[in-house]
Amino acid sequence: MTGTNAQDEAVLSVADLSIAFGQDEADRVVHSVGLDLRAGRVLALVGESGSGKSVTAMSVLGLLPPTAAVTGSIRLEGRELLGADASTLREVRGGRIGTVFQEPGSAFDPVYSIGDQIAEALAAHGRRRSRAETAERIVELLTSVGLREPERIARSFPHELSGGQLQRAMIAMAISCDPVALIADEPTTALDVTVQAGILDLIRALRDTRGTAVLLITHDMGVVADLADDVLVLRAGEVVERGPVQQVLTAPQHPYTKALLASVPSLAALRAVPRPGAASGAAAAAPTDRAVAVLDHASVTYRRRGAVVRAVDDVSISVDAGRVVGLVGESGSGKSTVGRALLGLVPVSGGRATVAGVELAGAGRGRRRAVRRRIGTVFQDPASSLNPRNTVGWSIAEPLQLAGRLDRAKRADRVARLLDDVQLPRDFAGRYPHELSGGQRQRVAIARALALDPDLLVADEPTSALDVSVQAAVLQLLKDLQARLGFACLFISHDLAVVRELASTVVVLREGRVVEQGPAEQVLTAPADPYTARLLAAAPVADPAAQAERREAWRQLEEVR
Amino acid sequence: MNVWRSLRRDGWALAGAVVVVLFVLAALFAPLITGVVGQNPYTYHLSTLDGSGAPKGFGGGISAQHPFGVEPLTGRDLFAIVVYGSQVSIAVGIAASVVSVLLGALVGLVSGYFGGWTDRIVSRVVDVMLGFPSLIFMIALTAIVAASFPRPALIVLVIGFFGWPAVARVIRGQVLTLKRRTFVVASEAMGAGPGHVLLTQLLPNVFSTLLVYAAILVPASIGTEAALSFLGVGVPPPTPSWGRSIGDAVAWFSTDPAYLVFPGAALFLVTLGFNVFGDGLRDALDPRVSRRGSHRRRTAPVPTEELV
Amino acid sequence: MRLLRFVLLRLAGVVIVLLVVTAATYVIFFLLPANPAQSSCGKPCTPEHLALAKRFLGLDRPWYVQYGDYLRGIVAGRTFGSGGGAIDCAAPCFGYSFLRSTPVTELIVARLPVTASIAVGAAVLWLLAGVAAGTVAAIRRGRAADRVVMAAAIAGVSAPAYLVGLLAILLFGFGLGWLPTGGYQPLTEDPAGWFVHLILPWCALAIISAAVYARLTRSELLDQLGQDHIRTARAKGLREPAVIVRHGLRNALIPVVTVFGLDLGSLLGGAVITERVFSMQGMGALLVDSIGALDLQVVVGVTLFSAFLITIANLVVDIVYGLLDPRVQLG
Repeated sequence: MTGTNAQDEAVLSVADLSIAFGQDEADRVVHSVGLDLRAGRVLALVGESGSGKSVTAMSVLGLLPPTAAVTGSIRLEGRELLGADASTLREVRGGRIGTVFQEPGSAFDPVYSIGDQIAEALAAHGRRRSRAETAERIVELLTSVGLREPERIARSFPHELSGGQLQRAMIAMAISCDPVALIADEPTTALDVTVQAGILDLIRALRDTRGTAVLLITHDMGVVADLADDVLVLRAGEVVERGPVQQVLTAPQHPYTKALLASVPSLAALRAVPRPGAASGAAAAAPTDRAVAVLDHASVTYRRRGAVVRAVDDVSISVDAGRVVGLVGESGSGKSTVGRALLGLVPVSGGRATVAGVELAGAGRGRRRAVRRRIGTVFQDPASSLNPRNTVGWSIAEPLQLAGRLDRAKRADRVARLLDDVQLPRDFAGRYPHELSGGQRQRVAIARALALDPDLLVADEPTSALDVSVQAAVLQLLKDLQARLGFACLFISHDLAVVRELASTVVVLREGRVVEQGPAEQVLTAPADPYTARLLAAAPVADPAAQAERREAWRQLEEVR
Repeated sequence: MNVWRSLRRDGWALAGAVVVVLFVLAALFAPLITGVVGQNPYTYHLSTLDGSGAPKGFGGGISAQHPFGVEPLTGRDLFAIVVYGSQVSIAVGIAASVVSVLLGALVGLVSGYFGGWTDRIVSRVVDVMLGFPSLIFMIALTAIVAASFPRPALIVLVIGFFGWPAVARVIRGQVLTLKRRTFVVASEAMGAGPGHVLLTQLLPNVFSTLLVYAAILVPASIGTEAALSFLGVGVPPPTPSWGRSIGDAVAWFSTDPAYLVFPGAALFLVTLGFNVFGDGLRDALDPRVSRRGSHRRRTAPVPTEELV
Repeated sequence: MRLLRFVLLRLAGVVIVLLVVTAATYVIFFLLPANPAQSSCGKPCTPEHLALAKRFLGLDRPWYVQYGDYLRGIVAGRTFGSGGGAIDCAAPCFGYSFLRSTPVTELIVARLPVTASIAVGAAVLWLLAGVAAGTVAAIRRGRAADRVVMAAAIAGVSAPAYLVGLLAILLFGFGLGWLPTGGYQPLTEDPAGWFVHLILPWCALAIISAAVYARLTRSELLDQLGQDHIRTARAKGLREPAVIVRHGLRNALIPVVTVFGLDLGSLLGGAVITERVFSMQGMGALLVDSIGALDLQVVVGVTLFSAFLITIANLVVDIVYGLLDPRVQLG
């Protein structure tokens, strides 16, 4: 660690920064924000959506649209950036400040190779290089961010690489001209936790070895705990709290910070790290007669350009009445496909899928539809969970209408009571989805899922797109409803901490196979499988000290791999 | 509705709509309108012509009786021809676009939603048809269809038939995205059949696109009809048609340019009217298009959630 | 090599498309009509011509034999009749005009330079003008330049080529006397005359499409300029022109090329109209004249030839598309 000398001259100093997208006071999105970025330290700008954290960061680079009115002062190494001419800003962008963005998949231009895009950054700053020198420098950069086969990566187009590889390449591009500061705008939000841990480690290494000042923008308290030295909490464009990470995260002063931290779902400390050769708990307990949904050695395959791909491979899961089973996995693990197989939306090619006593593959069309009416579903994306052309009331009543039950008046009555259940005002029935917030839409989706009193609820990442405070409320609602109505629930998520909130049983999926399943407490604190252990260790928690331990555990697991 | 409000605020779209309405009225009340000046498009006025067949007098024989002058060779009243010409143009334009939009919607919805082999074959057919030299094909077709088959109906069918692939392609593309949207999957998951999904989930979401396409296809179809008539393979004489008048004008050009101007102006105006209106409609229906030049922001702020 | 494989695969697809197109054309024009021989005979129709037409079409034989002969004619050429009266139609045989006593292919080849000159020149003009105007409008979004370009574009979209052409002749030909009012000079004989005679046809034909492309380029470029990778390009300190051209326009051109491929067909249709306006004896004039003269063989021959031309041109566009967009699977 570099010395935490607070008297150091700030590399980047922002004072009294206000940003507005219009004339009115109401159009102001950032209010008098000040921050100091110091060499070798990471400052985290934390907030929920609409807090103005990204806008603040982009204003430093002068990358806001021309309609933005920015006032205050932004000084880089003593030079004022606000109102600076185009050539000064160009020199700063990429030259003095490197930037890493959220979506590595869309942050690169799809039509040029990675090498070409880094070469472009090199050519924009500093001295002229020959072709060979440039190529050499690119390989050197790609190697320094921990990419294997740097020559191949340089030749590749963005669509040929994984999210983690792209983000490392993006970091290589950001540091290509040896910047004094790095802006990382949600650098790991689009990535899996195990990939995230690696990227965070890389940024930490940059801070320590190059003494780069890092401005980290994130909504994730776990990421803050992992990487930040100092924290600044933003809410609706205003700074509500600032301080060293330990202080802000463990002894928050402002009620908003307290509430924010309280809504972060947490993981218990790891009790044991699995020994190699420990018994794997992949086998499912035999389904009991209380089982509502059963997958028995089920596989799902599909063809991609001639080749057969197994999305789900020999998976056995059983969801008992009144229980919540958490299905955990990273992207590409096949967890969503498992949910779809139970809904009969994708055919099971081997083994059996049974819901409410009916085997889906053998059932006729009518039977299968009847079974689907016993299942409620809530999916991830609140933006598309409801038909934008229909009212909320119509959407909630859709399953009732499909089932052909109840007349118009009784349907309206049922919709009103369902809105009560999900704690929304009854007059929401007449509204359209675009008038609702993300959390409200997910509540409507839950109401729709429960309209027919289902035996089983399949919830596929229902809170992943929500802010953490909204997520906490929706999770609490699901928990209460489940306790009251007693339906069985398959809860699919990439987030171990969220699963821990609800599930009594946890199933861990990797590349289409179950690597471990068992009681939630056991799987999430003393995993038997090394993959589960790595997954757990990679998931950051919002406590710097605990997170440092987890990081150490993760490093050890990575080494034995 | 939001759409009407933003259309009403769009002065250009409004002007386009006014032009379109005027032409539609002209088409509907053609006998009445030409009756006012006491003309019809069929009576010969040979006395208005000179020895070579060209109209006598200024601007192609403009006079109190013949406000737009007369047709060369026949002396028929050009005002009546232009007014009656709107009947063919607008009727063919609207009918052909309806054929295209209905066919395109049906094919696009079905191939997009069901996918598989149906979709692959349909997509290939659409690709080929879109790139096809359709005007040449249409011209060739007029050579073999029996004279007893009513020409206007033939032209509607032919133009309509070559118009659907564009609609089908766009609708299919939208359906491909829509069917992966959560509300469609949720509907299927709760036991909805294809009919329910197509009619209540997909159709309402592609409806605005269909409207925009209808508005854009009408002027395109009007142009195609006029082109066919211009080449002498469209609506047969003596039914008035702007395209044919323009085609006939080619021969009279150096002596009687006015004969080109009036039908040409009518054709240009109605096409422009539809295009401007269609543009306004698209802007009003497309949430991505924000008001002129402003930063992309939601007009109505989405309610923010407070901590519980 | 990946590109070679891609081209070969596409070629196979082209062959299938051509087969389907010939079959459809044959069915529509020679099998369904009551009396194709009569329609092929020409005006005036002499009894000898009619007899020749009947024999050439082989109407007394089953349909698949007729179609087979027809296909063979296109691929390998055909001769029918024998001795002194034998009529030879070399490959690719797109039919035989009894009225003109000439194979259709010969007629087309004689006319092709005219049509090709109009079409290629107009396409180049509309691409350049359209993309340039659209780029300017997108960069100056909401300002005067944008409004002028967009207003001109919507007027251009509404102006049929023949109307623009006729007005242009009136103004620049008859009125000002700057340019010829019609006709065609072969490029090989009189390059300057060729160019002068084509200026107005090019402009008349290009104007609608240039307007369409200006609108398309503008909206695609605006769309691209809102993408994340543009922000990345700016954040690494590139100059604004480099951001717009290298990252914005380069990506915006991909859909423009797609649309260009689809527009080749209407380009040929437009050329037909342009020929008529400027009294040029190209393929379109041949087609329209043959309809008046009841020469179905020529009508179908020209149609089929156009379809072949467009299909092959589309193949070229497809390959260019594959080179422009690395995400397209080459092979």
